[in-house]
Amino acid sequence: MPALTDLTIAGALAGLAKGEYSSRELTEAHLSAMEAGRLLNAFITETPELAIEMATASDARRGKGEAGLLEGIPLGIKDLFCTEGVLTTAGSHILDGFAPPYESTVTANLWRAGAVMLGKLNMDEFAMGSSNTTSYHGHVRNPWRGRGDNRELVPGGSSGGSAAAVAARMAMGATGTDTGGSIRQPAAFTGLVGIKPTYGRCSRWGIVAFASSLDQAGPLCRSVEDAALMLQVMAGHDPKDSTSVDLPVPDYRAGLGKGVKGLRIGVPKEYRADGMDGGIEKLWAKGAGWLKAAGAEIVEISLPHTKYALPTYYIIAPAEASSNLARYDGVRFGLRLPGETLDQMYENTRAAGFGPEVKRRVLIGTYVLSAGYYDAYYVRAQKLRSLILRDFTTAFEKVDAILTPATPTAAFAVGERMDDPIAMYLNDVFTVPVNLAGLPGISVPSGLSDKGLPLGLQLIGKAFDEATLLRVARSLEEAAQFTARPEGLA
Amino acid sequence: MSLDREAVRHIATLARIRVSDAEADALVGELGQILAWVEQLGEVDVAGVEPMTSVVARHLPRRADEVTDGGMRDRVLLNAPEAVLGFFTVPKVVE
Repeated sequence: MPALTDLTIAGALAGLAKGEYSSRELTEAHLSAMEAGRLLNAFITETPELAIEMATASDARRGKGEAGLLEGIPLGIKDLFCTEGVLTTAGSHILDGFAPPYESTVTANLWRAGAVMLGKLNMDEFAMGSSNTTSYHGHVRNPWRGRGDNRELVPGGSSGGSAAAVAARMAMGATGTDTGGSIRQPAAFTGLVGIKPTYGRCSRWGIVAFASSLDQAGPLCRSVEDAALMLQVMAGHDPKDSTSVDLPVPDYRAGLGKGVKGLRIGVPKEYRADGMDGGIEKLWAKGAGWLKAAGAEIVEISLPHTKYALPTYYIIAPAEASSNLARYDGVRFGLRLPGETLDQMYENTRAAGFGPEVKRRVLIGTYVLSAGYYDAYYVRAQKLRSLILRDFTTAFEKVDAILTPATPTAAFAVGERMDDPIAMYLNDVFTVPVNLAGLPGISVPSGLSDKGLPLGLQLIGKAFDEATLLRVARSLEEAAQFTARPEGLA
Repeated sequence: MSLDREAVRHIATLARIRVSDAEADALVGELGQILAWVEQLGEVDVAGVEPMTSVVARHLPRRADEVTDGGMRDRVLLNAPEAVLGFFTVPKVVE
């Protein structure tokens, strides 16, 4: 039998059901792995006592025949989700000591299904970043290393702690959030499956807000089936989030085996970036070949406004962030620095509490929303957003899903691209359009770079058609046979 | 559109973030670079295009106008850095 930490969620559920091991044993194995893997800095807060308590309760429920969909499965939670009574920092100094008196809807759904919390995962500050180097709690290390290259690599971001923990077998799965690629990019950098569902599929209630019209929660897992299982539980209508959609959540796992025969898969000619890794271009063609061999029809499509997605995003996301982050004022929660006047208190608190990338984005957002610039920047960006959505809507008249690379390169070294914000933003060139259009996207580990680092392909689906997306992802996963693991994990 | 140090200071005041002179000088370059990069949106003809203001719901759902929450003053104040006698406190704002 494989080590307990090597099991997939689906595999562990089967073993738990057969009584081969208890949730407590499974949880303890992961707590040991967390302890052994502390060098990765994946967790901001470990909650071992709570985990044991939840696992013990889970075993008792299972004993009474009351097992939920994720009964007994130990998970990590991105530190952007409010967890009742447990420190929630959003990776920022300004939320020092904040222990929410309430639980986010998504995590409440997971606990109701029987899952066990291992702790809170490191992330870029307020989910702003693509390398997990902007966290107040220090950068996260990618468990992967390049062949013949001993440099520390970034795990991607902003859900970098989630990605590192699941890739290093410290958690069976983890929650992430994705505003411009923050689930799919770290998943691609660490050899995981990461899905950002359709905007409105998961409730945003209790998730620290970054850009409200773009943020969505989703899982990072080691298989498509696991992602389907976790999404099943995380998704659903919530009256507490007026943008959460009241639609039934289909049984995602049930449809996974249907294959891709007869489906039309679009390949957009505009998804070729400057500086794109040659290996990724080859992998993309290979991926199309796999789906074709499995019975899908490959169709070339055009998404003509793709090149404008990133600059559009870097107006809309900072604008919304500047508004959302106005709440950090030193009065109601978190850090407070003294000041002679109320304004000085605000200014001192926010100067000390926010890191450089967050300040940049709050300032850009404030600027593009300010009198005299609102129409030129913000309204124009909203119009571009309409055009980007229209590109997808037109494409989806001809195809059922779209295949693209997930990222332009494999994971890069800690310290690279740090002095140029735009070079960092380019990481998300293939993922950002999906958030702007509100569509679901999934990153599937599909191959290795010439240095032996994981590379991901992205599939984009129609709104609320995660079922088809997961089904195509499963087909890709079967063909890719990605079995590589980070070095250092025997 | 290029920014100067005064413009950066003005934005920082609007955002209620104190910036030192050295920070303001660095931000002139950083913010200027980002703004110059987003200028490329100007080349797109957006005549007649409606701004996208909503991702999903065109009509916000309504609920019954009932009190569903409240009566939890102490929990609301639980995380306040300085709370006194059931209130948030701030520096004096009235002379």
